[in-house]
Amino acid sequence: MKDNAMNNILEIAKKELLVYFTTPIAYILFSAFLLCTGFYFFILSPFFFFRQAELREFFHALPAIFSIAIPAVTMRLFSEEKHSGSLEILMTLPVTHYEVIIGKFFAATAFSSIMLIPTLIYVITVMMVGSPDFGPIVGGYVGAVFLAATFSAIGIFASSMTKNQIIAFIIGVAICLTLTLIDYFLFFLPDKLVSFFQHLGVNYHFRNIARGIVDSRDIVYFLSVIALAIMGTERITSDRSRVL
Amino acid sequence: MISVSNLTKKFGNVIAVNNISFTVRKGEITGLLGPNGAGKTTTMRILTGFLAPTSGIVSVGNYRIDENPTEVKRIVGYLPESVPIYGDLTVYDYLMFVQKLRGISPNGRLKQTAELCGILDVMDKKVGELSKGYRQRVGLAHALIHDPEVLILDEPTSGLDPNQIVEIRNIIKEIGKKKTVILSTHILPEVEATCERVIIINKGEIVQDGLVGQLKTSFGNETVVKISVKGCTEQELASALSSLVGVREVRRGEGAPDLVSVEVRLFSNTEIRPEIFRICVEKGWVLYEMKRESFALENIFRELTMGGES
Repeated sequence: MKDNAMNNILEIAKKELLVYFTTPIAYILFSAFLLCTGFYFFILSPFFFFRQAELREFFHALPAIFSIAIPAVTMRLFSEEKHSGSLEILMTLPVTHYEVIIGKFFAATAFSSIMLIPTLIYVITVMMVGSPDFGPIVGGYVGAVFLAATFSAIGIFASSMTKNQIIAFIIGVAICLTLTLIDYFLFFLPDKLVSFFQHLGVNYHFRNIARGIVDSRDIVYFLSVIALAIMGTERITSDRSRVL
Repeated sequence: MISVSNLTKKFGNVIAVNNISFTVRKGEITGLLGPNGAGKTTTMRILTGFLAPTSGIVSVGNYRIDENPTEVKRIVGYLPESVPIYGDLTVYDYLMFVQKLRGISPNGRLKQTAELCGILDVMDKKVGELSKGYRQRVGLAHALIHDPEVLILDEPTSGLDPNQIVEIRNIIKEIGKKKTVILSTHILPEVEATCERVIIINKGEIVQDGLVGQLKTSFGNETVVKISVKGCTEQELASALSSLVGVREVRRGEGAPDLVSVEVRLFSNTEIRPEIFRICVEKGWVLYEMKRESFALENIFRELTMGGES
């Protein structure tokens, strides 16, 4: 039974990835993502001004860029199926809701991680002009994958709520951006609450990992948000008493 | 094979299916017949485990759908009404995907099923680019790929051209020899052509359940003979025919403008065609058309679903 579940999850993930790469979605998203990160890396970063061999500015901007890019990746995953009715086909096959959700989650995470691959060109650029510290760079990419997974889970949760992809996108962006921007609004809060809200946001945890320090608390944070989003999605999709 | 007892489904305050019970035996082709909005699709969605019933017990094979939905889904093949298939995949990729999720070995029945449904020549096309008829066939292939024990088809012939309808009906009949098939339709001749048994649903309730043959005899068979002749007036024709034994009524029929067309309604199943022919010969009228039709099921359907309006 375990084997079966894993097999189903992988088949669903494979199918979703196939759809991403056989339609223009992948290429449009990749281009937009590279354009945004490239803008940060080449134009806004101290790279040219101060000749600093580092990717800090790129990683600094990543949570905000991901907050918009990843809901765009995930918005179709459930909304499209609800809209076209193909969820009826999928859910009358011998698969469970969790298998479908986790399969789609794997696909979105893999897709978002693949999206990071072209950014390795920044690493090469930095290496060409200087000798960067690899700790933060490796840490940054590990953190980025965790971030991608977390936002994918949230995006899927948003997508399961509606059959309209635009609405799914907006809900996804709203949740991801809130988690990202909490960090910037902490100065409004009384001191006692600062630490609590800081730990609630993704930025704090991502920064820790990106600094090259891998702490189990940060990993637990990301895994908890993923689990919560997946469980929420299951509750919504398995509500069979409603018409879709 | 399938048993439904006291099934009720409500959407908010709307009762889509109201306390229905029926059983379907193995190897039977059952037609679920009813006007649009009668609850056919809802019933089928519950049978396939896509919707949960508000109350009632549904079991397919040896499994109850509320306790063991995955096992039920394993033995059921389902063709939803609008055939909502992933448009971005090619037919081949799509059927491979279904086959893998159904746990069938990769070189299993894909080719065989595609051949049966006549889609071998579109395997590399994207599903979204196919015509309605081909999509319907892909949907049928989807439902048949695992050689299911139970086949549930929601309006399987809608959107097909007449040739395709005959083909699909033949496929269904072939499968129905060994498997259990439930199909829904609002097309009466479809039930007569394919089903052994018919369940008529109206406003969420079963109004009739029985073998197609039995239903006809129990409701009395109304037979109509349609004829078109040349060389007389309608009145002459009507008065000549009314005198025949077994004729209940002669009405104006539809036909070519230069011909006189009438419909002769009979009291029972009497054969009056030789008589009509003889009259025409005697009077020197030219007989262009003569056709005998039985409207049993249509009348039963109207009577049951219109609430005595007709």
